[in-house]
Amino acid sequence: MTTSKYTRTPIHIPAPLRSYTDGQTTINVQGNSVGDALDDLTRQFPVLKQHLFDEEGALRTFVNIYLNDEDIRYLGHISTVLSEDDELSIVPSIAGGCPQTLSTVGTRLSPAELRRYQRHLSLPEVGVEGQTKLKAASVLIVGVGGLGSPLALYLAAAGVGRIGLVDFDIVEESNLQRQVLHGVSDVGRSKLASASDRIREVNEFVTLDLHETRLTSENAIDIISDYDLVADGTDNFPTRFLVNDACVLTGTPNVYASIFRFDGQVSVFGMPDGPCYRCLYPEPPPPGMVPSCAEGGVLGVLPGLVGALQATEVIKLILGIGEPLVGRLVLIDALSTKFRTLTVRKDKDCPVCGTRPTVTALIDYEEFCGIPTNDAPTSEEHSVPEMTVFELDELRRQNRAPFVLDVRKPFEAEIADLGADQLIPVEELSDRLGEIQAAPDREILVHCRSGGRSAKAVIILQENGFVRAVNLKGGIRAWSEEIDPTVLVY
Amino acid sequence: MRIHNEILDAIRKHGSDAYPEECCGFLLGSMTADGNDVAAVTPVKNRRKTNRDQRFSISADDFRDADLAAHEQGWDIVGFYHSHPDHSAEPSATDLAEATFPGYAYIIVSVFNHRPQEVTAWSLSPDRSRFETEPIEITTETPVTP
Repeated sequence: MTTSKYTRTPIHIPAPLRSYTDGQTTINVQGNSVGDALDDLTRQFPVLKQHLFDEEGALRTFVNIYLNDEDIRYLGHISTVLSEDDELSIVPSIAGGCPQTLSTVGTRLSPAELRRYQRHLSLPEVGVEGQTKLKAASVLIVGVGGLGSPLALYLAAAGVGRIGLVDFDIVEESNLQRQVLHGVSDVGRSKLASASDRIREVNEFVTLDLHETRLTSENAIDIISDYDLVADGTDNFPTRFLVNDACVLTGTPNVYASIFRFDGQVSVFGMPDGPCYRCLYPEPPPPGMVPSCAEGGVLGVLPGLVGALQATEVIKLILGIGEPLVGRLVLIDALSTKFRTLTVRKDKDCPVCGTRPTVTALIDYEEFCGIPTNDAPTSEEHSVPEMTVFELDELRRQNRAPFVLDVRKPFEAEIADLGADQLIPVEELSDRLGEIQAAPDREILVHCRSGGRSAKAVIILQENGFVRAVNLKGGIRAWSEEIDPTVLVY
Repeated sequence: MRIHNEILDAIRKHGSDAYPEECCGFLLGSMTADGNDVAAVTPVKNRRKTNRDQRFSISADDFRDADLAAHEQGWDIVGFYHSHPDHSAEPSATDLAEATFPGYAYIIVSVFNHRPQEVTAWSLSPDRSRFETEPIEITTETPVTP
């Protein structure tokens, strides 16, 4: 028999849907293909549509259509052609799991806690039940800096029972402009020691876990899976992608925020029905495209504003109240004081949270983001001739100093200067070679903050006839650390 | 829904045996105008490869096999059960996100430290927006399990 548009195919209806098909277990549908047959079915029984198809008209993920004994996924999907004697079946696959919202079984508030949280208890949306949820909850804060400060302070004050902190830095003077967890007397201490003293002062009922380590592909799953929620306060792309992927793989909601200059963004990723960071940003930006806060600067109050929004989302998720920022990205512009909300859709083809994920284990995120690991210098840094800060110091003592070219931005030179002869930012160097006040055969020592940009500059100089250009290893940071501590580290 | 106490006990025991992982299975019986009659349960393999202490999944192939076996007894699949290890027996956001069709009964058993606690039953609301409590009517007559 040949196929014709009059092909009538029986389609078997699972028991619960028979209440929509007048009790019939089998419906005869018309159409040449599976898609046409399903169209005919929902034409005959329109109420079936919402149960079989999602808002965008695709078959719901749990709905499987079998042609005889074969899933149409392995045939031609909905384009699979039907022949006479074929039979179709609607077969659900079933999934589920434990509540993301935590169990409060065994958690009780003491009289002291009931007194402390009075203002929460007066809110019907929180009450004793909500406060108990907060006490039963555990939140991991990744990065105890600008965003981590308001996060840790407010989550602790609100009574989140267990807070984990991940950081391995020490408190520097330049942190104090925005990292309000740390004070003047903490400079030089580890951030975790400083944070833990401060948080215990805020709320003695909070249990703190201190993870004094860099979050890596090796330890992220272990650390993250011990928490109900993650609040990502990291300041770099590799860690952000690592946190995202580890949260998706462990089924942990990820309350995300980031800040730069006067702008911030907040969203909630990693919820079962919501998008992840990779649905928003499938690829990292090319290395060097987006400057870090250290290079680009950040308004000190901005992490306070953005981190407080982030903490609000964490608390809403724990309490299960309001509308969490799932599928929405809030953009904050502090200069215009404007908040915009963008819709972020879950990407069915997302390599991590899509229907057929290709990333099923953590990868090397430094490599993914095109960033060489800390131990290995960049190829430029590796290949250009270098001078150490000790050699420069010695040459200067002997009055044999080379010509020193600073390739940082002018504002950086205002912060810290090691006595350069000239400043040309590396971005402008190729266009301004004629301005260099040194003879081409003279030794030119190039420096930047830590040695990366100046290595690029040395290559530009050498390619343009300044054959004796050399790079200052470790940049002005090394100069400050090894030779002249009065030069600011920034 | 109506279910025999011994069948509920079988669900509790499966939850306890699978602890700390989630167990899952099918409810077999008939759908009637005034609710589901559960006549038997069949355990099924949790097909999740990871996070089995927090997630379960039942494949479409397993559903088909169980459906055909149920038909041989004159039954339909009328719902599913799964356990919540160390969590209460309330449907999670995941349960709702993955919910199939209104009409199926979803039984959840909470298991704390190997010990089954509460058993609850739910069904998806007709507009798919939430799970509604489904009262469990426990029968003690001899079940008609073959």
